[in-house]
Amino acid sequence: MIEVQDLSYRIGTARILDNVSLSLPRGGILALIGPNGAGKSTLLSLMARLLPLQQGRITVDDLEIGRCDDRDLAQCLAILPQSVQAASRLTVRDLVGFGRYPYHRGRPGATDRQLVEEGLALFDLLPLAERGLDTLSGGQRQRAFVAMTYVQDTDYLLLDEPLNNLDLAASRALMARLRDLADRKGRTIVIVLHDINFASAYADRVLVLKGGRLVADGPPEAVISSALIETVFETDARLHLVEGRPVVLV
Amino acid sequence: MSRPALGLLLLCLLFVGSLFVGATPLVPADLLTAEAWALIRDSRLPRAFAVVLSGAALAIAGQIMQLIARNRFVEPMTAGTGQSAMLGLLLVSLLMPGAEIGVKMALAALAALLGSLGFFAITRRLPPQEPLLVPLVGIVYGGVIGSTAVYIAFQIDLLQYLDIWMTGEFSGTMRGRYELLWVAGGVAALSYLVADQFSILGLGEAVSLNLGLNYRQVVLSGLVVISVVTGLTVVTVGAIPFVGLVVPNLVSRIAGDNLRRSLPLTAMAGAALVLASDIFARLVVHPFEVPVATVIGMIGAALFLWMLYGRGQHVS
Ligand SMILES: Nc1ncnc2c1ncn2[C@@H]1O[C@H](COP(=O)(O)OP(=O)(O)OP(=O)(O)O)[C@@H](O)[C@H]1O
Ligand SMILES: [Mg+2]
Repeated sequence: MIEVQDLSYRIGTARILDNVSLSLPRGGILALIGPNGAGKSTLLSLMARLLPLQQGRITVDDLEIGRCDDRDLAQCLAILPQSVQAASRLTVRDLVGFGRYPYHRGRPGATDRQLVEEGLALFDLLPLAERGLDTLSGGQRQRAFVAMTYVQDTDYLLLDEPLNNLDLAASRALMARLRDLADRKGRTIVIVLHDINFASAYADRVLVLKGGRLVADGPPEAVISSALIETVFETDARLHLVEGRPVVLV
Repeated sequence: MSRPALGLLLLCLLFVGSLFVGATPLVPADLLTAEAWALIRDSRLPRAFAVVLSGAALAIAGQIMQLIARNRFVEPMTAGTGQSAMLGLLLVSLLMPGAEIGVKMALAALAALLGSLGFFAITRRLPPQEPLLVPLVGIVYGGVIGSTAVYIAFQIDLLQYLDIWMTGEFSGTMRGRYELLWVAGGVAALSYLVADQFSILGLGEAVSLNLGLNYRQVVLSGLVVISVVTGLTVVTVGAIPFVGLVVPNLVSRIAGDNLRRSLPLTAMAGAALVLASDIFARLVVHPFEVPVATVIGMIGAALFLWMLYGRGQHVS
């Protein structure tokens, strides 16, 4: 269970997050949506201790962010940041292998290796395993980082726009895998999405952030509406129900 | 034959060859005489060790600095670390002239550490989309510290010392006068124990934190390695530029960025580059010699330009 209480964050005088409270029980996919600059990445970064807490409190199970051991947290929660620029010449296999670092601290065992191979296979990275990250296409690199987060094998996964650069097939495959992780292994996945159709198709719960405040929270059928698109995203895209699911016509 | 084995063989050949190069003629046939052995023991072997140790340690220091800065164009000797070590040494000579060499070296390393911290404090604020700003700022920053040192040295009439520290050369290396370099080599070798942590640093702060790394602590330990290596090299043989820049770049192209695999290659390549340059420095105006820093300056600049223009064209 992740609990966020009265979380605020400012940069200078700008309020980036304004009194956000939420509670995420274990299991399921939670989609975080909202316009550019709403504070989604900031919220995720705070939850994963990538930014220092200013005001409020975040707990992940019995770990309190800012107080708990970094290594304990790394075995419980993993984050894929929005923009990982890597000009690194690490190979894909090495990168994915570092996902196991919180467990083996430099001495990988048989389980670690096996999980890495599984991760590579699961994200169709085996043919690229020996390639350097600097030689990959944007989508291939994104898949490699997702695979690294996956082999970290944590109960909580925070993914900031993981569909960036992915083609339709790869996007659907990734979402299906996340669905599977949530359903069969009881993982809790928080995912920032810009494509509302993906949120409506795969998420159990949708959270809407605007101007640093939570403005809506609930199952996709309840949250995603013409009114939401007009007031939150300030555009007039039409919404249709297809097979009982809200679909945005772009 | 594997790459590391090939590299090791080349290094051994250079090492043995270097024992027979110098002002006093020496050929393998002389090895039957006691004088020859004394020459080797007191001068040639210490020199060869000094060259290998400083070359390997500087290359490793450069590689670590590039990972911390996430920028392939920085190295300790041009980004303020080396200049800070000299400034520190100068201040020690001024304020505590009678200090032992161990104390001097510790203070030089401390000054180098402060200088590197300053460098990273400044370059952290630079926009990441302008990678060339980092080395440029480094050169300016190093230049300011270096000029301060020159000014002080001029005032207190110690310019000749500064000159020795600024231009690395091995002609004065003798038994009893280079052993500090073993410490530099040892510290650089220790970094192999945390090679994974340094490799992860190269992926950035967010990824490091996500993997449970104590980011600040790992960065600080990297800076300590860089500073000790740079400080000790400057004290013992003087500044040797470009090794920390060119070697990690070459090795990264050939062997990638996983330090567990590439660090031994970096060490060997650094040692081989300085050794080859030092042999050349002894031969080019034989029986005199030129400072190795001058030779490396030329070879390094040429290699670096070649790397810049060949950038992004490799397929692996
Ligand atoms: N260093 C900074 N200085 C000033 N403002 C900042 C800084 N970093 C972030 N912000 C502001 O904080 C706000 C929230 O940023 P955040 O990255 O959390 O948005 P986001 O919802 O993830 O947006 P996107 O969908 O574009 O990724 C934005 O308005 C951004 O301009
Ligand atoms: Mg964002």
